[in-house]
Amino acid sequence: MIGEQFSTGQSFVHNLDPRIKIIPAIIFAVVVAVSSNFLALLPALAVSLFLIILARLPMRRVFHRLLLVNGLILILWLFLPFTYRGETLFSIGPLAGTKEGIMYAGQITVKCNAILLAMVALLATSPIFTLGHALSRLYVPDKIIHLFLFTYRYIHVIFQEYHRLINAMRIRGFVPRTNMHTYRTYAYLVGMLLVRSYDRAERIHRAMLCRGFSGKYYTLTRFSIKVGDILYLLLMLAAILGLIVLQWRAVA
Amino acid sequence: MESSSIIINLEDISFSYSEDKFVLDHLSFHLHRGDRIGLVGPNGSGKTTFLHIIMGLLRPSSGRIELFGKPANEEKDFRAARRRIGLLFQDADDQLFSPTVLEDVAFGPLNLGKSPEEARDSALKTLARLDLDGFENRITYKLSGGEKRLVSLATVLAMDPEVLLLDEPINGLDDETEQRTTDILKGLNLSCIFVSHNLDFLSRTTNKVYAMTSGRISLDEALVPHPHIHAHRFGRLPHEHKS
Repeated sequence: MIGEQFSTGQSFVHNLDPRIKIIPAIIFAVVVAVSSNFLALLPALAVSLFLIILARLPMRRVFHRLLLVNGLILILWLFLPFTYRGETLFSIGPLAGTKEGIMYAGQITVKCNAILLAMVALLATSPIFTLGHALSRLYVPDKIIHLFLFTYRYIHVIFQEYHRLINAMRIRGFVPRTNMHTYRTYAYLVGMLLVRSYDRAERIHRAMLCRGFSGKYYTLTRFSIKVGDILYLLLMLAAILGLIVLQWRAVA
Repeated sequence: MESSSIIINLEDISFSYSEDKFVLDHLSFHLHRGDRIGLVGPNGSGKTTFLHIIMGLLRPSSGRIELFGKPANEEKDFRAARRRIGLLFQDADDQLFSPTVLEDVAFGPLNLGKSPEEARDSALKTLARLDLDGFENRITYKLSGGEKRLVSLATVLAMDPEVLLLDEPINGLDDETEQRTTDILKGLNLSCIFVSHNLDFLSRTTNKVYAMTSGRISLDEALVPHPHIHAHRFGRLPHEHKS
């Protein structure tokens, strides 16, 4: 169900040490998220695009992902220009679109796309499991990482369970309608999924105990930092510093 | 080394999930080193509960458990014993929780304190032993049912257990995978308890079959003639013979 479709591939970005990918990706996302000036945001978008090209990802699929997010952003474009206070730029009937509102919507659009592209280029290019291990090497608490990895592993199983239940309902002629019977059935479905997931969690925990699990998760992966990693880290940090300077100069 | 050859000793074990019905009712059971025991019994008769009691996953309400000659009462006693007893769960999805096969098979050895290199090595060796070479980078949830079963068997064998407890190991497998699993299990030089409904499988992999009824375990030694031209033990239970 979750394809990890970008995680395998041969490119400079795929070969980077995942730890080295995670750190600048997070700083980059934070800096872009708090920036408010197009002079900083547009170069940020350029950096993201550059990373995507460097990762040699199939453009069509990347574009597909962007569509999903930009669908949500489209809704912002419908509301923000008319609800934000400021200088009126145009009006449709009683609604007045403000310049500030449009600027704000534009900012959000650029920010979202820049961050999303950077995440696709940097994080989606490592298998989820590798990311988990990299996070553990970065001293993220074990419990959070286990939660992350187990969620990933069992979403698939729970999804299958969901389908089994849905099919069981269908073969007995269930058609969702707007009535009490439908609501009750869906409530049972959700309840059943919760109970089953809980039971499964219990069984998995037991299976782990049987194999000597005592709270610590050991891993087979060993990471090593190469010259390319350091070079990349320095370049990314320099680029992020550049973005900060652009944003700060614009404000000052 | 333990002086006695009894490695699992349960005495007078009772266990219940609810107050009115005992799943295990003053059950006593011994496993000697080298014993290969099959366990049959109707659904819900407590076979899985019995295996989970041995592993310390469930605690009996009364009775005594001794594993490898030492009394097992607390989590730490069971934790030590779990290193030497392997349990295969009924549902392979419960057993395989790592995304890749290699990570999953190496999970046990890593917990036993092996270095990543040693763990990888023993995982690969175990996979090869089960003819699963080339599976190491497969994604666990994308394996077929039979493959999942064999890989989960590998995760247990990779820990090099002295005793093997299998809960319905061939349930739901096709003939070919069943045959393969049977051959593998037959070739293992371990003490074991196999829970199964398939008498043919048990007669080929074990040398004693116990029956579980109303919360107790008894050895079913009677020779029961039945409408065929042959007679053998366990014949009262419906079964088929393969040539």
